[in-house]
Amino acid sequence: MSTLDPKVPDGPLEKKWDLHKEHLRLVNPANKRRIDVIVVGTGLAGASAAASLAEMGYNVKSFCYQDSARRAHSIAAQGGINAAKNYPNDGDSVYRLFYDTLKGGDYRSRESNTWRLAEVSANIIDQCVAQGVPFAREYGGLLDNRSFGGALVSRTFYARGQTGQQLLLGAYSALMRQVGKGKVQMFDRHEMLDLVVVDGKARGIIARNLVTGKIERHGAHAVLLCSGGYGNVFFLSTNAMGSNVTAAWKAHKRGAFMANPCYTQIHPTCIPVSGTHQSKLTLMSESLRNDGRIWVPKKLEDAKALQEGRKKGRDIPEEDRDYYLERRYPSFGNLVPRDVASRAAKERCDAGFGVNRTGEAVFLDFASAIERYGKMEANVHHIHNPGKEQVRELGMKVVSAKYGNLFDMYENITGDNPYEHPMMIYPAVHYTMGGLWVDYNLMSTIPGMYVLGEANFSDHGANRLGASALMQGLADGYFIIPYTIADHLAHDIRTGPIPTNTPEFDEAEKHVRGRIEQLMNVKGTLPVDHFHRELGRVMWNHCGMARNEAGLKEGIEKIRKIREDFWKNVRVPGKAEEFNQELEKAGRVADFLELGELMCVDALHRSESCGGHFREESQTAEGEALRKDDEFAYVAAWEWKGEPGKDVMHKEPLAFEVLKLSQRSYK
Amino acid sequence: MKLTLKIWRQAGPDAKGAMVDYPIDGISEDMSFLEMLDVLNDQLIREGQEPVAFDHDCREGICGMCSLYINGRPHGPGRHITTCQLHMRRFKDGETIYVEPWRAKAFPIVKDLVVDRSAFDRIQAAGGFISVNTGGNLVDANSIPVPKAAADKAFDAATCIGCGACVAACPNSSAMLFVSAKVSQYALLPQGRAEARTRALNMVEQMDAEGFGTCTNIGACHIECPKDISLENIARLNREYLAAEICREDEGTEKDSTY
Repeated sequence: MSTLDPKVPDGPLEKKWDLHKEHLRLVNPANKRRIDVIVVGTGLAGASAAASLAEMGYNVKSFCYQDSARRAHSIAAQGGINAAKNYPNDGDSVYRLFYDTLKGGDYRSRESNTWRLAEVSANIIDQCVAQGVPFAREYGGLLDNRSFGGALVSRTFYARGQTGQQLLLGAYSALMRQVGKGKVQMFDRHEMLDLVVVDGKARGIIARNLVTGKIERHGAHAVLLCSGGYGNVFFLSTNAMGSNVTAAWKAHKRGAFMANPCYTQIHPTCIPVSGTHQSKLTLMSESLRNDGRIWVPKKLEDAKALQEGRKKGRDIPEEDRDYYLERRYPSFGNLVPRDVASRAAKERCDAGFGVNRTGEAVFLDFASAIERYGKMEANVHHIHNPGKEQVRELGMKVVSAKYGNLFDMYENITGDNPYEHPMMIYPAVHYTMGGLWVDYNLMSTIPGMYVLGEANFSDHGANRLGASALMQGLADGYFIIPYTIADHLAHDIRTGPIPTNTPEFDEAEKHVRGRIEQLMNVKGTLPVDHFHRELGRVMWNHCGMARNEAGLKEGIEKIRKIREDFWKNVRVPGKAEEFNQELEKAGRVADFLELGELMCVDALHRSESCGGHFREESQTAEGEALRKDDEFAYVAAWEWKGEPGKDVMHKEPLAFEVLKLSQRSYK
Repeated sequence: MKLTLKIWRQAGPDAKGAMVDYPIDGISEDMSFLEMLDVLNDQLIREGQEPVAFDHDCREGICGMCSLYINGRPHGPGRHITTCQLHMRRFKDGETIYVEPWRAKAFPIVKDLVVDRSAFDRIQAAGGFISVNTGGNLVDANSIPVPKAAADKAFDAATCIGCGACVAACPNSSAMLFVSAKVSQYALLPQGRAEARTRALNMVEQMDAEGFGTCTNIGACHIECPKDISLENIARLNREYLAAEICREDEGTEKDSTY
């Protein structure tokens, strides 16, 4: 074990980034034209980085597995993006955004990174507006804000329930502008299958063309991984079907440390699982918690009646409802952070109060919001003594304008009308705070390889606040990497193009071909999904919302068995040298089967609870997560040692200069 | 539910394709259409056959990757949904369902139900942007107020997911709804106004080069659009285009060429 140096610059927290920027090396414009950069992934982090670097003059090669860069899964983010603009005059500041993010992450993130994120947040909004991102506006023509979980101010900018889509299309348009100019070469339907390291530096990748199956070599002076999170290790998650850990995992195997892999975010407001054929889970934006009230029945017999379909939500009278978040957390109520809300739902359902057939759902009710808005509308329209029905109708219009698309989506999927009956929701895997370890410059433990966005571990600690993922992706891509990468590339102005006919590329390509051959040659009887589902079940049961020592040890054993079984019995039909979706999946699941074990190992070693990582052995008398700061105030970064389960841990101690470590409270 | 699927199978771009029958049983009405295809593929793989290739990713109606012509309609029955949001409760037990790929010259088939829609990316690269670089010190986002009505209309146009249903629905395989949505979004915002006209010219030029057909105001694109993109956008594109053509000599059609 060694101690990792995050290379945090000196100086007071609020000056670090400015001072650091002044001292970073630069690459002059003529030399930038001689430098090639590979960017893997075209989500918010990847697209914004690729566009910005190309604008500066670097030659960029951009890769995505989808058929177009515009489809990366950032597009599915609904709620919004935080920025410390303080437009609503409610007391927001860089400090407060920093404080909320660090506290929300349960004091397990790097102070300097979190501050920088808050600091550049305001620039992001300026940039996006200049690009033509149509944010929600007020009647005066200025930008509108709303509140989000874990915060007491309104700092979230949004574009109806499609903020991720609008921000991504903004970054995509900037990217396409550079494609049009020839400064970015776009490789869609390509998947990175290995990282090439030459003399200790990242110098290229091996990619598979997903249309032809051809294996390609690409050289560059630096490689940026912006490949997203690994939530799909759970099989059921809110990730896209193709979201995967493969690029990050291959880099891990080439020497990049994996940090805090057990930190997983389970989002509280998702549509519950309906059956065994379910392929993914759908998120309902957290913004719904601004107006929706979460409850279960107070009496077990009511819960039973709901589970058996003898009663509906509205049959339960007000006095028999338990608004458990409002009861337990009076100051934040329904707006507690995601990890807290998810655990509280699980606690009620485990106690038998679940409200659907499976007993794994709670109500999210808009009845009081509809009434409240209805009365306000009646006032606005000078309707005196409006009837109950009229209030309802007026209120429904307001709720529909705010959340209409989400309500429609819910009805489409469940076949249930959420204006009539309260919605049913349950937590689902959504985001991974863990990821490849990076220093202050976003560089991994492999020089020349940078990691941006969800793929890195840096800013959210053990729990991410709502509307902060979009903020981080764009901060990394637009405003951090353009500065920090030059410091590294300044050494490369005389290197010339990176040749791909070297032994290192030969070895990496051989390795990739070997792995594909191995997959094709198992010739078993079971489809890839079979193993993925099995793995997901083990991860959810043993390394999900609550974890304990015995369960994690059992989980590790089970994962090993599934992995063995996979390599004996998987069937990949078709050929390797053609469009073959099963082969794509097989490669990804093979990597998940190795990552899953590391997640359990990490969760096992961290015998404290923090944020999304809840160890049953470590809780307060009231059932809240109990941190052990003396033992665990560090980042656990794991180094690959040749085979799964053999990773060795290194530590980055977390020093808190400005904020004092304290037990989180939302009461 | 028990169903008969008739699915277009085609091994590659130049291979000859055909409709193939697949009976399928045990489908629950809570499944999405793509989950039903997952069940079919699971069976095919276990039987040692090649699974059906189809594009999909987010499965929540926003990435635009899924397609499919189902019973003669892009994204199947129902309005304002993508195929991944189509659920089996919209079909009857015993029904025969026809599943085909998008059909358009500009969207060549890759395999089975998968088509190549990269023409859309090239149209975007020709002008679907505002020429502004990443800047560390831009003007404050609130320095230019945007009337709410304009911002809302721009947003409505911006919700296009680039799935290509408009092209698939159109008898002329026209991409006017897609192009007009992008042109409108930017033309309606003060930030995008400066290059509104050259944008229209450049995007239309690329659209024509890709081999999309012309618009004859049929409106099928709007009916089948999962995001309800309005035909008004096409009128706006025509207006922008015409004005740009007339002013061509004054304003020029220079592409942004700052490197």
